[in-house]
Amino acid sequence: MMEKMIFGRFIPGNSFVHLLDPRSKLVFVFAFILVVFLANNIFTYALLLAFTLLVILMSRIRLYFLINGLKPVIILLVFTFLIHILFTREGDVLFELGFFKVYEEGLRQGVFISIRFLVLVFMTSILTLTTSPISITDGIEVLLNPLKKLKLPVHELALMMSIALRFIPTLMDETDKIMKAQMARGSDLSAGPIKERVKAVVPLLVPLFVSAFKRAEDLATAMEVRGYRGGEGRTRYRQLKWDWRDTVCMAILAVMTVLLVFYRN
Amino acid sequence: MTEILSFNNVSFSYTPDQPELRKAVQNVSFSINEGEWIAIVGHNGSGKSTMVKLVSGLLFPQEGEVRVMRNVLTEENLWETRSNIGMVFQNPDNQFVGATVQDDVAFALENSGVPYKEMVERVHTSLAQVKMDKFLNHEPHHLSGGQKQRVAIAGALAMRPKLLILDEATSMLDPQGRDEVLKTVRALREEIGLTVLSITHDVEEALYADRVLFMNDGKKYAEGTPSEIFALGDKLVEFGLELPFAMRMTKLFQEKGVRLAGQHMTEQELVNDLWTSNFNK
Amino acid sequence: MDIKLQQVSYAYSMGTPFEKYALYDVDVTIPHGTYQAIIGHTGSGKSTILQHFNGLLKPSKGQVHIGDRVIVAGKKAKELKPIRQKVGIVFQFPEHQLFEETVLKDIMFGPMNFGVSQQEAEARARELIKLVGLPEDTLNKSPFDLSGGQMRRVAIAGVLAMDPEVIVLDEPTAGLDPRGQKEIMDMFYALHKERGLTTILVTHSMEDAARYADNIAIMHEGRSVLNGAPREIFSDAETLEKYRLELPHIVRFQRKIEKLMNQSLPKICLTEEELAAEVALALGEGRDAK
Repeated sequence: MMEKMIFGRFIPGNSFVHLLDPRSKLVFVFAFILVVFLANNIFTYALLLAFTLLVILMSRIRLYFLINGLKPVIILLVFTFLIHILFTREGDVLFELGFFKVYEEGLRQGVFISIRFLVLVFMTSILTLTTSPISITDGIEVLLNPLKKLKLPVHELALMMSIALRFIPTLMDETDKIMKAQMARGSDLSAGPIKERVKAVVPLLVPLFVSAFKRAEDLATAMEVRGYRGGEGRTRYRQLKWDWRDTVCMAILAVMTVLLVFYRN
Repeated sequence: MTEILSFNNVSFSYTPDQPELRKAVQNVSFSINEGEWIAIVGHNGSGKSTMVKLVSGLLFPQEGEVRVMRNVLTEENLWETRSNIGMVFQNPDNQFVGATVQDDVAFALENSGVPYKEMVERVHTSLAQVKMDKFLNHEPHHLSGGQKQRVAIAGALAMRPKLLILDEATSMLDPQGRDEVLKTVRALREEIGLTVLSITHDVEEALYADRVLFMNDGKKYAEGTPSEIFALGDKLVEFGLELPFAMRMTKLFQEKGVRLAGQHMTEQELVNDLWTSNFNK
Repeated sequence: MDIKLQQVSYAYSMGTPFEKYALYDVDVTIPHGTYQAIIGHTGSGKSTILQHFNGLLKPSKGQVHIGDRVIVAGKKAKELKPIRQKVGIVFQFPEHQLFEETVLKDIMFGPMNFGVSQQEAEARARELIKLVGLPEDTLNKSPFDLSGGQMRRVAIAGVLAMDPEVIVLDEPTAGLDPRGQKEIMDMFYALHKERGLTTILVTHSMEDAARYADNIAIMHEGRSVLNGAPREIFSDAETLEKYRLELPHIVRFQRKIEKLMNQSLPKICLTEEELAAEVALALGEGRDAK
């Protein structure tokens, strides 16, 4: 059931995008999310699609994974498209179906919003597909470092994230084991009345919680004995290196933004 | 000989307000010198886990003193002392902090503010010492128990400790993992003269030690070489421990009437005795 | 009831790019009332195979026969719950499955899931707590107030309370001290003998397989490579070495002694007691012959 789920859907690789520093990727995606809203005509939306396609090609990620990432939101996308098709009443009528009229503007807006959706989902998917969760955490930590001056516990948050990430596969394995053990004792999460199924969650959650607390205790002891006492005076083993690829990435971002500003209505 | 660790009349109770309840550790004294391998054996509840906590400063004795490198362990010198001690715990998963093997080995170095270049060098050297240098970027859930424990040893070694403590480090491992870990420790003793304190209930592990401390009900029941301790025979079994294979076989042989000269701790000794007592006439 | 795996293959994440086979064409039969050991290294497929014994995993190819039920690859299998009562599995570190407020309730959990009345379940709990070597007042305690070894015994009682016909043991002694190990293994052996409980032991311990099993199946990289009675299996050290498996300690020692005596003992010894007796006999005869 939970066998070998790739968390965060990270697929290791050597593409241009894989080798980027997580900081440039994070900045790019964040900026992209904002810049997407600049598009408001066919040409600018086409530009968005073109840039997204460029990034997808540069990442050498198989289409299978991108489509998979789209699956959870496809309903939302179709729903939004339909809302625009059916309820926008501007421009010429393109065709009629009974008392449903499809207007030109409705189709336009529908298509534009869908493209926006699509490129946002693809771009953020590329981020998680090409960047390991721990890299993302590192990127966020370094980017947020200046906020330490505002008393934000950046180091502690980053350490919490990295330990949580490290334990996710371990906890998933354990959940699987406990589930199987309880199923072997006749517990059934997948069948029966709702009330029974909710009760069947208890034999799964209690052992998980108990073991999670034990882990936390053991881990804290181990960390203390290994000299951990907060972020003061700590050095970093995992270093981030900004290189030519990252500069190129920022350049692409700049070009894209300029083009969108220039060609929008 | 440099004294690395000593316990002088140490007592500790988890319930100091209830003096009628037995103390977890009662008036224990012993010392470890540089290069020695000391094993502490005892049933669950004998005090051995409490003793480990006293060594690492997670607990402080109510009576007596714990000395590391001849200095009494106090709250003030706690952190400095911890950098002299490397510890490997029982659960291979619950001490693995890093996202990957090399990240975990670097953890203690990061905590001590070791500069980047030196960290990289030490991480690689320690991993090579435990033969895990081909696993730099492996994630913990892809490693076996034995491999995780070897990474933990590397993490301890990276700090260049004076003492390596193995706190039931092989209890949760399969026979292959146990083998790997013990082989690694023995090789390290030969290569760098590592001083080792191991807490265990595994007889074969205790046999590798120079001296064995046998704990029972919080007190030090006996201290001596493995031969001396295992000569206590049935007393050990009474307290939940097993005798080494060779000793068990010697006893069984004698029960069945096979002629043997005496007790034996190793198979080789037993086989030699079988020869001399029965064939060499 | 017999359990039979016929040409069973199993793949994790079937049909995805991450498809990985853990079992290939495995044929294993466990006749009713026998004690079977399944030996293999981590990664040999032994944990995958044991999950097929009670339908937790369904084969990707081949068939699994559990008594009268047949689970066929590709076909939907309904109503697997009764199988789980008949074939009980004690997983590795079973103490991790405890969750109830009291030991009594936890032991009653299994049987009551299969429709056993509260009264009957309670009676079984009282009987089994003693069988696993714990005092009756343990029943009123919280499982989390017990020591690790005690928790394990409670978990075992919880599985036995389902009154299965077959019991599968996955490394039952992992993490226990030597005395605990012996007690648990002897307890299961006694159950096997007294109640005719078909027992399947999944282990890396050649020594335990030697001492307790009627038949041994060896798994290597997802395939069942050797199958036979212990003395048969252990007579072929070379093949075992091929699979990176060692002879049980006792057999290795026997070989050393045989080399010394320049004669083979009449049979391969599976326990320390047996070896002592055989050596005594051989030496006795030797002495008389001189």
